[in-house]
This record gives sequence, C-alpha cells and structure tokens, in this order.
Amino acid sequence: MSEAKPKVAFYWCASCGGCEEAIVDLNVAMLDVAAAIEIVLWPVALDHKYSDVEVLADGEIAVSFINGAIRTDEQAHIAELLRKKSGLVVAFGSCAHLGGIPGLANLTSRREIFRMSYHESPTVVNPQKTEPIPGGQCEGKEVALPEFWEQVHTLDQLIEVDYYLPGCPPMPGGIANAVNAILTGNLPAKGAVLAPDKALCETCGRRQSKDPRTRIAKIHRPHEIEADPQVCFLEQGIICCGPATRSGCGEACINGNMPCSGCYGAPPGVTDQGAKLLAAISTLFDAKTPEDAQALARQVVDPAGSFYRYGVPASVLARTIEKE
Amino acid sequence: MGNLKILTFVCNWCSYGGADQAGGLKLVYPESIRLVKVMCSGRVDPQMVVNALRDGADGVLVLGCHPGDCHYKEGNYAAQNRATLLAPMLQQFGIEEQRFRLDWVSAGEGERFSKVVTEMHDAVAPLGKLHLHSRSTSEVA
Repeated sequence: MSEAKPKVAFYWCASCGGCEEAIVDLNVAMLDVAAAIEIVLWPVALDHKYSDVEVLADGEIAVSFINGAIRTDEQAHIAELLRKKSGLVVAFGSCAHLGGIPGLANLTSRREIFRMSYHESPTVVNPQKTEPIPGGQCEGKEVALPEFWEQVHTLDQLIEVDYYLPGCPPMPGGIANAVNAILTGNLPAKGAVLAPDKALCETCGRRQSKDPRTRIAKIHRPHEIEADPQVCFLEQGIICCGPATRSGCGEACINGNMPCSGCYGAPPGVTDQGAKLLAAISTLFDAKTPEDAQALARQVVDPAGSFYRYGVPASVLARTIEKE
Repeated sequence: MGNLKILTFVCNWCSYGGADQAGGLKLVYPESIRLVKVMCSGRVDPQMVVNALRDGADGVLVLGCHPGDCHYKEGNYAAQNRATLLAPMLQQFGIEEQRFRLDWVSAGEGERFSKVVTEMHDAVAPLGKLHLHSRSTSEVA
C-alpha cells in the first residue's frame, strides 16, 4: 500500500443523482482531488462492495459525503455504517441537509404513495394487488427488500452530521472549498453549513431594483410572463425564495432568469424556512380587505410546496398528519 | 378536553385591552386560552405559529386592532395577509382550519374578546388534542 491517503466515501440515499453529477462537475479539479484521496465507496462510479466498508476500522474513513434523504432501512443502515467508520460525515446537498425534493413526499403518506404507484396510476396493471413487502420466502430462500418508511427524514434526524454542504446540487466551487478545508483541516465549528451566512437577496445582483415599498397586486408563475432579467422577481410579482434562503450558489437560477426556489435552505437565525418565506411574500400583498387577501393567497398554488420545496422533513411541522 | 391549550396572541394596544376589560367585567372564558401579549398582531411571525403547534398548542388565535385602527397603521394588514396564506398551508400539513384563526378585538370590547375566544375554544374542542408526527427516526426504525 502506498503511503496513507485520507479515505473518502461517497454515498447516495433518496436522491436523483444530481449530487453525483456535481462531483463530476469538478471537472479537471477532480483529478487533483482523486490524487490526494483514496475512495473507498462510491456506488455510482466505482465497484466497491458494502463489505469493503464493513472491514474497515471505526473512524478509518476520513470523511463520508452522504447525499440523499433517508426513507428506507437500507439507506439508514449504510448511513449508520458510514457514520461508525468515518471521522467526519458531511450531509451533501439539499436532500441530506433538509429532505430535498424527495421530502415533499411528507405532504402525503406511504399508504397514498403505494395506492398511486401500485394500483391507481394509469400505467399500472396489477390485478393481484401486489405491494412490496420487506421480506419473505421465495422458492425456499429468504428474500429481502428495503423497507419503505412512513416518512422521509433528513440525514441528521438519523445520524450525527458534522457539516452540511447545501444546494440542489451544491455548486462546484462550494464543493472544492469544502474538500480543501477538510484536507487541510481548516474547518469551522462542527455543525456548520459550509456556505455564507447571508440571505440570497443580500448578494443578488437585482437587489437595487427592489423598491422597499413595493406591493404585489398579482402573482405570476414563472412560465406565465416573460420576466425582465434586470428587475427583482418580487417586484414583478413572481415568488422568489431569496428573502429566506442562504446565499452561496452564485445566484445561478437568478442569472438564468429564474427565481430562487430555496435549495440552500434557511440562513442563520431562521428556524423554519417555509414559514419565514410565507411571511416575507404575504407581507408584500397589496391587500387591505379579507377579500383582496384571499384573492392573492389563492394565486399561490401549493404554498407548502412553494415555500418548503426542499425542506419539508426539516421543517417544524415535518409531515402532514395522516387521516384515517 | 380539560387540557386543551389555545395559544392566543393579543396586541398591546387593542386586544390586550379587550382581554383586560373582560377580566375587569369578570367575564368567564375557557381555561384553554393562554394569552401572550405582543406589541402588534403584525409581530406574529408564522414561525411562532408553527412552533406553538409543534410545542403543544392545540390551536393558535391571533387578535389585533380592527382594520384602520392599528397603532402602527398597517401591522394588522400584514397579519391579515399572512394569516390568509398561512391557513391553507397549515391545512396541507393536515392541521384543521379551526385550529388557526385571526380576529379583531378593540380595547373596549371585553364582551367581544370573551365571545371570540369562546368560539375558538368551541371550534377546537371537538377536534381534540393536536398530534403531530415526530420528526426523529427513533420510532420508525
């Protein structure tokens, strides 16, 4: 074995693969990273087995980057295994950090998801009404499937997380900075989010175009109008999550003339991103009567999905109450 | 339903005065009503509402000055706009609409204070305690 390079693991739980793309987007910088570390697990790219991790000593992995939310017992098992074997665990991306897009499933229930996916979806033919079960016998052998939990969890609702790298996906610059900080031991206090402590509006290039007295008289969804690329989205009546979202993405969406959807999570001091966003947006309503307020509120299609797009499991309410 | 808790935010300038007058008149209102004085109904951040529901409140009532009477001119309009959007969002989380209400009570309306809080209690009582799902994985795993 060559002289010991720090061991690093990448793992994905309930996620789309975009975080893996983000690592590949490091581009040639990836070669420097790869030369400095030894990758011990990266299911999407390399052929390791879970048993390769199981034989490692506790804490032997320098850092595990875990992306994706937690919904199955397989994801929980590997996350717990990596926690045990790693010095540091970084929640990588919005899903591990806050629950992410898969976390929107907390606005429905496991029963509803099974009903739609295995019975009522127009493309499903399932006359025997088969549903996945965690395990059983098949031709005399034990078979097992990961169990699908009642709700989606953030990574830190399951295991202790040392650092958070936010974003859907995290921007390459942020990843490179985080990796360098870890390799050089130049780390902030445990539990830190590795991104600036500012709200997106504070770093947004359109900031000057926002009139502090502005009021929203009509809400437009992004596809309904052609947004002026110079002017604050809120000024144009388009819901933008900048007021209650952490900066650090380089305003990638804004620069693409799309409003912020909130993937970097809440800035410091905000305990519930969605409630805070709801306050920021609704306070701008140009309404003094209950009727006018109602008319504007109705134009916000899916408030929970708009304000907690990446953070239902991390929110204070966390999950819809299942009704019998 | 003896142990229902309905957190009631009352503004310093109007609704607290209304509650005070209700007390002075020895009007009876349900013991589930727990008052918190804030400077303005517009001070009630939706975060305070969700935190209250998470921390054991079975309902949240926000009381402010009547439209046009706000001590800060527009604070109650901000409260109205937030409440109007917060109500449907709470319902997406399965929280019944009866559990959250905004209304107006002036400093001279002790009777109205008693009536509004009693209505709130009577609307929440049939629903019983609010049971939110735990956020931790412990009971799932």
